[in-house]
Order: sequence, then C-alpha cells, then structure tokens
Amino acid sequence: MSGRATMVCLVLVLGGAAVMAALNLATPAASALHVPAYAVSLAGKYLCYAMLAVAVDLVWGFAGILSLGHAAFFALGGYAMGMYLMRQIGTRGVYGNAVLPDFMVFLNWKSLPWYWYGFDHPAFAVAMVLLVPGVLALVFGWLAFRSRVGGVYLSIITQALTYALLLAFFRNDMGFGGNNGLTDFKDMFSIPLHLDSTRDGLLLATAVLLAAELLVARHVVTSRFGKVLIAVRDSESRTRFLGYRPESYKLFVFVLSAVMAGVGGALYVPQVGIINPGEFAPANSIEAVIWVAVGGRGTLVGAVLGAVLVNLGKTFFTATLPDLWLFALGALFILVTLLLPGGLLGLGRRRPRAAPVTQAPEPAE
Amino acid sequence: MTTRDTLLYLDGVTVTFDGFRALNALSLVLEQGEMRAVIGPNGAGKTTMMDVITGRTRPDTGRVVFGRDTDLTRLDEPAIAALGIGRKFQKPTVFEPHTVWDNLLLALAGDRRPRFTLWARQSAEERTRIEAILATIRLADHARRRAGDLSHGQKQWLEIGMLLAQEPQLLLVDEPVAGMTDAETEQTAELLREINRSRSVVVVEHDMAFVRALGVRVTVLHEGAVLSEGSIDHVSADPRVVEVYLGR
Amino acid sequence: MTLLRVLLLLLVLSPFVARAGDDPIADLAGNYDDIRHAVDALSVSGNARAEPVIAALQNGALMVAADRSLWIREGDAMLDARSGAPGSPNGPLKPVRLNNAVRRAIEAAMGNLTLFSADPARRLKAAQALFAQPDPAALPTLDRALAKESVAGVRRLLQQAQAAAVLAGADAPIPDRLAAIVVLRARGDLAASNLLAALAGQPPEVAAAAAEGVAAIARAQKIWALAQGVFYGISLGSVLLLAASGLAITFGVMGVINMAHGEMVMLGAYTTFVVQQAVGAWLPGLAAAGVLIAIPLAFIVSGAVGIAIERLLISFLYGRPLETLLATWGLSLGLQQAVRSLFGASNRDVSTPGWMSGAAQWGGVTITFNRLYIIIFAAFVLAALMAVLRATPLGLQMRAVTQNRRMAAAMGIRTPWIDALTFGLGSGVAGMAGVALSQIDNVSPNLGQGYIIDSFMVVVFGGVGNLWGTLVSALTLGIVNKFLEPVAGAVLGKIFVLVLLILFIQRKPRGLFPLKGRAVEA
Ligand SMILES: Nc1ncnc2c1ncn2[C@@H]1O[C@H](COP(=O)(O)OP(=O)(O)O)[C@@H](O)[C@H]1O
Ligand SMILES: [Mg+2]
Repeated sequence: MSGRATMVCLVLVLGGAAVMAALNLATPAASALHVPAYAVSLAGKYLCYAMLAVAVDLVWGFAGILSLGHAAFFALGGYAMGMYLMRQIGTRGVYGNAVLPDFMVFLNWKSLPWYWYGFDHPAFAVAMVLLVPGVLALVFGWLAFRSRVGGVYLSIITQALTYALLLAFFRNDMGFGGNNGLTDFKDMFSIPLHLDSTRDGLLLATAVLLAAELLVARHVVTSRFGKVLIAVRDSESRTRFLGYRPESYKLFVFVLSAVMAGVGGALYVPQVGIINPGEFAPANSIEAVIWVAVGGRGTLVGAVLGAVLVNLGKTFFTATLPDLWLFALGALFILVTLLLPGGLLGLGRRRPRAAPVTQAPEPAE
Repeated sequence: MTTRDTLLYLDGVTVTFDGFRALNALSLVLEQGEMRAVIGPNGAGKTTMMDVITGRTRPDTGRVVFGRDTDLTRLDEPAIAALGIGRKFQKPTVFEPHTVWDNLLLALAGDRRPRFTLWARQSAEERTRIEAILATIRLADHARRRAGDLSHGQKQWLEIGMLLAQEPQLLLVDEPVAGMTDAETEQTAELLREINRSRSVVVVEHDMAFVRALGVRVTVLHEGAVLSEGSIDHVSADPRVVEVYLGR
Repeated sequence: MTLLRVLLLLLVLSPFVARAGDDPIADLAGNYDDIRHAVDALSVSGNARAEPVIAALQNGALMVAADRSLWIREGDAMLDARSGAPGSPNGPLKPVRLNNAVRRAIEAAMGNLTLFSADPARRLKAAQALFAQPDPAALPTLDRALAKESVAGVRRLLQQAQAAAVLAGADAPIPDRLAAIVVLRARGDLAASNLLAALAGQPPEVAAAAAEGVAAIARAQKIWALAQGVFYGISLGSVLLLAASGLAITFGVMGVINMAHGEMVMLGAYTTFVVQQAVGAWLPGLAAAGVLIAIPLAFIVSGAVGIAIERLLISFLYGRPLETLLATWGLSLGLQQAVRSLFGASNRDVSTPGWMSGAAQWGGVTITFNRLYIIIFAAFVLAALMAVLRATPLGLQMRAVTQNRRMAAAMGIRTPWIDALTFGLGSGVAGMAGVALSQIDNVSPNLGQGYIIDSFMVVVFGGVGNLWGTLVSALTLGIVNKFLEPVAGAVLGKIFVLVLLILFIQRKPRGLFPLKGRAVEA
C-alpha cells in the first residue's frame, strides 16, 4: 500500500477511463481505435466492482472483519439509486402512470408506499445511497462489535444478513419490484441514459469516485487510526488493555466501508440498467472477497487490480466457456489462499503481508 | 493502614469457572508506590487475579477498589486502562506488523478515540517521549524494525516499554522473565525497580532468584487465596509455603 | 310393449304373492312396494344371503325368471339367489327393476347389512356411513348392532352414530339427548362440532350443553393444531439437525469452517440417486431397500471426499479460519459444477419407497411416514455420533486432539490422521443427511447451498462443540419457523428467524450452551 502503488493505480484508473471515454466519443464507429459503448459500460461496471472490493479490503485487510455480506450494502446503494431512476421514468412507463412504477400498477397498488417518498428528488436519493447502507452497517456493527462477535462468527452472521435481505427483496409485497427488480430506466438527472455521452460520463464519474474512495481509504489506514486498526486486527484484546475501544474503531470502518460499497452500487445500476434481488446473493459477497484476495489483501490497490482482473476473466469465460467458469473461480479461491496468500501485489514482496496466524476457533474473544 | 495510602484493594474476590474456584475469597491490599511480588504454584490463580483487576474477568462476588473509591468490577478493559492500570501478559504480545516505534506510539498516553486518531499528527513531545522510552528499554537501535522480527527478550522489553508509555499508576506484570537469559533477567529486575520509583507494580513470577533480586514484599497464592505474605525470607520459612510450593 | 305387459302382470299378481314378508327373497320378484319391504326385511333378517342378494339388486344383477325364481348374474354364470349355487334358469330372465324409493331402501339396507358383516373393517365403514347420514329410523338397527358389537373401535363409532341419530330426531327424551351430546363432544372433530352446532334451536338445556360441546371441541382442535405444528416443527428441526450434525463435528468440534459442507450433503443425495438407478437396473427385487443401501454408501462417498479435502486442502490452512472459509467455498463451487457436468443441471428424481409413503392419523394430527422416518433417522444419527465421540477410541482421540493438539501428539496420537478421520466422519454424516434430504427435497447440484447458512446458524445458535446444543437448537429453530409460518408466511417467517438469530448471536455470541474454559478463549 505504498504511495507509489496508489499513484500508479490512480493514474491508470483515471487515465484509462478518460482515454476510453474520449475514444468512444471522438472516433467514428468504423475506426480501429473506436471503443464501443458497451465496452465503456463494461469498464464502468468493473470500476464499480472495484469500489466494492476496496470497501471489502478496508474491513477485511485492515480490521480483520471478513464480511460475507458486503454485496448487500452495494445492492442497497443500488436500490436507492434504482428507486430514483424509477421515479424519473414518469409517464413513459408501459402503463403511463405518472406516480406509480410499472410493477406497482401491475400489482394493482393504488398509491406509492411511504418509503418511496422523496426518491423523485436527486439530492434525497443521493442521501439515501449513503444513508441506507450506512445506517444498516451502523446498527448491525454496533450490535455485533459491542458484544464482541468476531472472526468466522461475524462472517456467518453477515452472510445470514444478506441472505435475509435476499429473501426479503424477492417478495413482491416489499415494494421493490420483487423478482424482476427495478429496470427500464430512462434518464438520470434528466439526462437520457442511452446516450453514449452519458455512459462516458458515468464511467468518468465512477473513476473519479473510485479514486476518491482510494484516497480516503488510504488516509484512514495510514493514519494513527489505521495503526490502531491493524493492532485490533492482530490482537484485539491487547488494544483493549492499552485503553482503546476496538468496537469503535471497527464500527467506524465498517460503516465507512458500507457507505463506499453503497456508492459503488449506486453507480453500478445506471450502467448495467437493472438492479434485482440476485445482487444480494451470498455468493456475490464471497466473490468480492476473492477479488481482494487475488489482488492482495490489505493493499487497497490490490483490491482494484483483483476486481478488474477477475471480472475480465469472468466476462471472458462466461462468453466462451461458460461451463468452465465455476471451475475456474473455484480453483482461483483455492489456489490464491493456498499458494498466494499475499495476492498478486504480494508476489514481488520479500515477506507477504498476509494476515497473521490466528487461533482456529475464535468465538467472539 | 489507612485508606489514603491504599492504591488497590481486593476484597473477598471469588471467581468460579464451571464450579471450579479459581479465586477463593481473595483479599489483597497494595499500597501507593509499592512493588509486590506474587508467587504460587501453577493454577494458583495469579493470572486470573490480573484478569479480574483489568476487567477481563468479572468476579462472582467481591470488590476491587482502585484509588479512593473506584470499583473496577463495574468497568471494562479500556476504561480500566484509562484509569492508569497497565498490564503485561504472560505471552509477550506486541503488534507484530508495526515498527517498534509505532508500537510505542500507540501505547503513549493520550486521546484514544477514533475521531482523534483519525487526524492525529505525531508531535515533537511524543517523539521525545518515545525516544526516552526507547533508551530505557534498550531498543533505541531497533526503533524502525518490525516488532515481529525482535527476539523474545526484546519483545518482553518492548512490552514493558509500551507499559511505560501508557504512564500507568499501577503496572501488572505477568511472568516477565520467563524464557529470558540470566543477564536479561537481571536487567529486567533492574528495569522494574527503576519503574517502581514512580509507579506501583505487581509482579507475578516463578523465578525465586528474580523475586529475591527484587527484594520486595511477597504474597503467596494457593488455590485462589493468600497462603502467606511477607518478606521473601518470611514466606520461604513458612512451612505451608514450603509444602505446597517450594520444596516437597 | 312386453315391458308394459309384464308390469301389468306383476301388478295384478302382487296381492297374491306378497304375503307379509315370511319369505322376503321371494318378495323381490314383486312390485316396487314389495321389493322395498323385502329389502327392509332382508336387511335385518340376519339371513346370510341377504347381503349378496341386495347387492345384486343394487347393481342390476338380480334377475327374475318367468317362474318367478330369482337369479344373480355373475359374469356368464347364473347363481340361484336363495342358495348361491350355480344353476340354469328355465326361460328368459329379466332384471328386477328399481325405483327411487327402492334405491333408498337398498342404500339403508346396505348400511344396516354391513353393520352385521363378519369383517370388522366393513362394520366400521358402515358405522361411519351411518354417522355421516344420521337417521332416527336406523336407531333400532344400531341398538341391535351395538348389542352384538365386541370390537371397541367399531363400538365407539356405533355409539357416535347412535348419538347422531338420536339428536337428528325430534322425539328422544332430553336425558338421552344430553347423553348423546356427551358422546359427540368426546368425539371432538369438526363433524361432531357441526352436528352440535345444529342443535341451537333445541330446548335450553340441550342447546346449552351443545354450545358447550362446540366450545370444548374448538379448544381440543386448537390443541391438535398445536400438536400438528409441533410435529411439522420437529420434522423441519430434524432436517436441520441432519444437515447440521456433520457441521457440528467439522465446525463445532474441529473449528474448521467448511463452506463445502452443503456439497457433502448434495453428494449423499446423488449417491442415493445412483444407488436407486443401479438397484432398479440390476436388482429390481431390492428396489424398496434402495434408500437403506444408500445410507452406508453415502457415508462412505461423502466421508472419503471429506478425508481427501482435509488432506489436500484444509490441512494446509489450520489456524487460518478465514482462508479456510474461502478455499472451501471455492471447492464447493467446483463440486457443484462437477456434479452439474456429470448429472446435468436439472433435478434428479429419487423415488420414495412404498414403506416410506403414506400417512397415519393420530387424533387430530396427520403424520406422514417419510417425515416420521426422517425424524427417527435424525435421532439415530445423533445418537450414533454421540456414541462414537464418547465411547470409541477414535472419539477419545478426536477429543484429545481437538482439545490439545500438541499434548495429544506428544502422547503418540497421530494427529494428522485423527484430523482427517474426524473431518471424514463429519462429512460422512453430511452424506447420510443427503440420503434423507433426497426424500423430501429436489436432488440438484444446488441442494447443499440451500442448507449451508441454516446449518451454520443451527450450530452457532446451539453453541459450538456441543451436540446436545445442536439438537436443541435445530428443534427450536424448526418449531419456531413452523409456528411463524402461518402468522407471517413462509418467507417472512424465515427472514424473521434469521433476524432473531442474528440478534441472538449478538447477545450470546457463544450460543445457547456455550463451552467454557480457556480453550475457547485462546
Ligand atoms: N477462562 C477460564 N476457564 C476455565 N478455567 C480457567 C479459566 N481461567 C483460568 N482457569 C483456571 O483457573 C485456575 C487458575 O488459573 P491461572 O490464574 O492461570 O493460574 P496461574 O496464573 O496462577 O498459573 C487454573 O486451574 C485454570 O485452569
Ligand atoms: Mg499464569
């Protein structure tokens, strides 16, 4: 997590996004240099995943909290944005109802449920993108860290959390579109989404926010706070006898990380055009962890690298050899944990900055 | 003795684990500025006593009064640490990925809240204090090394250094010389005496030579209660102590 | 034309033939009234031929010859109605005709007749029919039937039919009606409650007793519904227990987070499928025992895979629980995909043997046999596990190794071996769970995924390393889930349970029955 690696990463992310956007806009479709719109959106999607990965690395790499439910925060941010985009459709839906989204008309709902109020205002929606994942993380983390639930126990209940949300969002009665989720978006901030220039703008916005996320995360982990955090990760009870309250530290990064994941989800939705309950699947959260492990846990930059590489692989495999993708992903999990504990960034290092050895059963020490 | 001189007062503390009494109505008084050695066979409850004082274990009955009238049994570990009670564990635990310097920096007395540490910059005053401690614990040449790379004895010292950095009123030191060479043991005894000039200390130790070298009042624990108390010569002569601990 | 002539002839002749039922069978050749009376008379005559004759009449198989002799057509043969002996009638036969009055008489007669059948099962059926259609006119017959009845179950039903009949009429004395209400109240089901509810217009004391009876039955029904809920809950709990008990070994005792645990269950289910295919192809005679054969095989298959996993993967990751979690998750993806490639992505059909299907009624509770067998099986598996852990040398060594690895090694226990065997045991148990789950769930590559979170929750809720805790926790979760379902709906109920569990774990991070001691704190 050296300063140089961060700089290189920032330059690549921002520069890459700018070049793609520029080539998409400035070259004719026939040109060899032309970057098609779908590639722009794909790149934007990868960067959203990278935001999720950095969020996971912040809690896992530096606080030792292996969250198997971080995709839930990502999805909640996505839903908050999706609700705004739904309201933007206005009368252009299939049923032409100015207030109710199509799925509500279809379900014979007469009025907008109260929790949809306000989502027609962009500022409110943005606030919700930050608040919903943040508050959930605050409540969940406060309960968990205060009672010193840690290690695999925390992993298991984070997984249960996202599983419960998955089940909940599948219900039509919840008012979030059930199985189909939210889709058919038309504009964002009154700009039509289908335009190439909108996609370029979204890619650039994602790159800028990812860069900001990286810088914030880097500040957190290199500050004295971050040193305490690493101390908590490695010997929590020792920090307590030094007078620190590990629960406050963990809670702070957990909430921060959830908000970051939520922002990633909010940028993801307009770029892929849909959000549905499948995003809550526990498998998604675990996949995000492997991105981090591939790139190098506890390096932040590695999380970006891992997210982009693994998802490039996924795009490639699912298009050409779909049956092999799960084998490849499974093998990746095994090989990285067994052979590459420092991840790709750990390869060049003298001593991998892997997680220290902890005792096997560590119930809520 | 009067309450004013008393720093720590354990009053009838009992701790049971699944019916097993690790501490059995233990009472103990430590005076301000005193250094006390606690000895006793394995399983006597010495570590458990420290767990109770530092808030790690809650006693079933009994009180632990610190200073004038603070009941420690109502507080948790960070709160007790903030009151000025430092603890060194039996197994040396330093923050291995951090440098020796950073270990001391984290231990320095100061604001422990996230909103402070998030923005804290190292001050010149902090730097001089760390340098002073490094000199005391003889690790000045190793300040930039990873703590995980230190030798066993150096880790023990670093831990003592971290205790000093906390500026506690009372230090609890669990088996500080276990695994040390004779020379290191002697240096450690000297270090503890030096510390004792300004602070109260409770040392748990098995090494009788070390305890003798400290030359302080000794409490012998046995089966969770005080078996004998007094000078080293006094307790060594106590037939009950000889029976359960010293000689068979 | 001929038909009309015959009818006319019958009408003309009837006064001569129908002499006051001394030979009811002969009267069946008479006019509709004769026939009706003959049927009534026959039904209570105790005549052994009464039943076949009336049944033949009902089915249109009773024929009358020109000489007024009666015959029963049975296939191509003709039987003499009076004796049942085959014979050949002289002349052409005509079926005895029925009108609606006769048909009613026949139905009542069949009810009465079977009341006196030699077969208790048929008597029971007849009594049920009479209860369903209470008729005061049947009272004399019921009385006689009761006097003769010796089978307790049939007797009880007869009494209930009698009570229903008493209450259906208007002229039974009040004490008799009150007694009848008591009988119906004791029956305690919905039918009895309906009969009692119909008595609202009766004299006050009868109506009051009836209303009280209705209330009492409603209370009893509630208790039965509760019992049914408990049964469903225990049934779900036993499924959870089966899925979790392997995990209670690998996670609870060894502290290994095996995210591929669900796939061990899935392998057990596929083993059942393969065994069933193999048995069906080569040993069709053993088809009913296919499930039983699959149990040890599933243990062996999943156990062997478990041992391989432990040796090749997990043994390199001891002391790194989070990495173990990730690696075994990767493994689970691979195993799912492997099974998908081998067997296809769709559900595989595992049939339930005859002896496991069906249901029994116990009071107001329906007990399906496959659920019952799974409960028994789960109890058996848990008991076997406990026995292995407590009473075998392997169990002793396992506990030694998990409690203090170095000490165990110093005492000459080959710890790697024991680790592998312990893990194999837990995985094998998961495989056996798969056999049971194949009976109630879809056998698909994703089978295990559906259980992994639940299993972890069960183990954590119960307290790690404590099989009794796992038992209590599985049953509690099963029952709570089943009781929430009617209130909140299945999905919301499950969400609710998950949230409760999350909150519970935060209150008591070590579960219901925590192990104490330093080992857990280290
Ligand atoms: N958390 C615990 N759970 C169960 N038993 C414990 C626990 N902590 C200590 N004990 C028991 O209490 C007794 C005292 O232990 P300890 O205080 O460590 O002794 P000492 O430090 O004097 O050797 C020992 O028998 C030990 O096994
Ligand atoms: Mg000790």
